[in-house]
Amino acid sequence: MPNDGAAADPAATPRPTPPAVPPSGHPALSRHVRMRFDRTRERYVLLGPESVIVLNPTGADILGLCDGQRTVSDVAAELQGRYDRVVDDEVATFLARLVANRCVEIDDGP
Amino acid sequence: MDRDARMNRPFGLLAELTYRCPLACAYCSNPLELAAYNDEMSTAEWQRVFTEAAQMGVLQCHLSGGEPMLRRDLVDLVRTAAELGMYTNLVTSAIGLSRSRAEGLKEAGLDHVQISVQADEPVTSDRIAGIPSFERKLEAAAVVKDLGWPLTINVVLHRQNIDRVAEIIALVEELDADRIELANTQYYGWAWRNRTALLPSREQLAVAEEIVRAAREHLAGRMEVVHVLPDYYSEYPKPCMGGWAARQLTVAPNGDALPCPAAQTLPLPRASVREDSLERIWDGSPMFTAFRGTSWMKDPCRTCDRRELDFGGCRCQAFQLTGDAARTDPVCHLSPDHAIVAEVVEAANAGTRRDEEALVPRPHRG
Ligand code: SF4
Ligand code: SF4
Repeated sequence: MPNDGAAADPAATPRPTPPAVPPSGHPALSRHVRMRFDRTRERYVLLGPESVIVLNPTGADILGLCDGQRTVSDVAAELQGRYDRVVDDEVATFLARLVANRCVEIDDGP
Repeated sequence: MDRDARMNRPFGLLAELTYRCPLACAYCSNPLELAAYNDEMSTAEWQRVFTEAAQMGVLQCHLSGGEPMLRRDLVDLVRTAAELGMYTNLVTSAIGLSRSRAEGLKEAGLDHVQISVQADEPVTSDRIAGIPSFERKLEAAAVVKDLGWPLTINVVLHRQNIDRVAEIIALVEELDADRIELANTQYYGWAWRNRTALLPSREQLAVAEEIVRAAREHLAGRMEVVHVLPDYYSEYPKPCMGGWAARQLTVAPNGDALPCPAAQTLPLPRASVREDSLERIWDGSPMFTAFRGTSWMKDPCRTCDRRELDFGGCRCQAFQLTGDAARTDPVCHLSPDHAIVAEVVEAANAGTRRDEEALVPRPHRG
C-alpha cells in the first residue's frame, strides 16, 4: 500500500470548532456521503471516504428528515412531535458535529 | 451470529489487488519480497472475498495496491463491491486513469478517488516516483473532479519534500480537492529500507506543523486537511488500525489476510482467503487473534492507563525494532526499548546530515 497513513489515527487530527447551526438553514447530507442501514450492526450508518459513522436511532431520524427542503427548525419541530419532548439542542449539536465532519451541508438560502 | 460477534466485525477492507506498480516510490510500504505476491487472485476469487466481507459487516472497500489500475478487471471488481453496498474507494497513483477508464469506473459505482502526489513540482515529484508522472497526475485529478467524484490527494511527507509543504498545499488547493492527507512516512517495507534518507529533522517538522495549522484554518469549510505526524517524534505511539484486528482488515494480492498491511512481516502462521473463509480467519486465526484486545500485553502496557487508547502501539513496529511483536512499541517514551528510536531521531537531527541522500527505489514488480 502506498504508505497513505491508513494505519494512523485520523481522529488525532484536530477538528475545527463546530460552526453554529442557523435554525433557518436547510440541512442535507453532503453528496460525498451515503446513509444506509447496516444489517450486521442493526443501525443506520454514514459512509464517507475515510469514515464510518454508526448512528444512534435519534441521529438516523434527524438525518432522515434532512432533505434540503426542511429547515433546521422544521426538523426539530417534526421530531418534537414524534418524541413528545423538546429536541432543538440535540438537533443543533448533532448537525454541528456532522457539518464539522463535512457529512452535512447547510444551505442558508431562503 | 450472536450480538457480540456482530458488534466486533470489521468496518473496512483494504484490498491490495496487486503489488505491480508503474512507479517506484522509495517510501512505498509494500513488502520487500514483492516476488512472493506474483500469484495474484483471480476476478472470481476477489469477488468471493468481497461478498464474504460484505456479509460479515464490512462497509468500506479500499481498492489499493501497488497500482490497482493495472488490474484489467478493476471495473468488474468495483461493480461487485458497489452492488454489495460497500463504499468504494480507489487508491491510485493515477497512472492509467484515463478519461475513458474513469468513466467506466464511475458507471460501475465507484464512490471516491484518492490520488497520490509526491511533490508540488515535476522535478522532485518525478525523482521520488522514479518515472515522469507529475503531469499525468494533475490531468487525472482534473478528470476525477470533472466526473463529479470527491477527490482526496494523499502526499507522503518525508525529509526530501516536507520543506515544500506550503507549495504542496497550494497545488492541491488548485486541484480543487475535497481532502488532503499529509501523511508522514511510516517505516514499513521500502520506507524502512530508506528510513535514514526519509526521516525529517525536528526543525523541519516544526516548521511544517505551523504551515499545516495555518492552512487548515484558511481552508476550513472548503478542504479537509488531515495531518499524520511521524510517530518517531511522538511521546506515545499511534493507535494502529484502531486496535489489532478490531476495525480493519487487509487482503494481499495473493490472498493473504492480514490485520494490517505490514503484518506479513510477523512470525505468525499465514491465513489465506484461498484456504479459508474471511469470517473464520477474522474470528479464529492466530494472525488475527494473537494481539486482539489487551490480554497479550506485557509491562509497561499491561498496567498502563493508555492501553485502551493506543493498544500498546504498532505490533509490526515492535517486531521490526525489537524482534518481539508483543513488546511495547519502542516509539512510546515509556518503552524499555525507547533508546532504539531515540538514537535514530538523534541521527536525523545531527547537523552534518545532508537533506537529499540517495533513495533505494522499489522495483516495479518482484
Ligand atoms: S511505488 Fe509509489 S505509487 Fe506504487 S504502490 Fe508504492 S507508493 Fe504507491
Ligand atoms: S506503555 Fe503501552 S499502553 Fe502505555 S502509552 Fe506506552 S504503548 Fe501505550
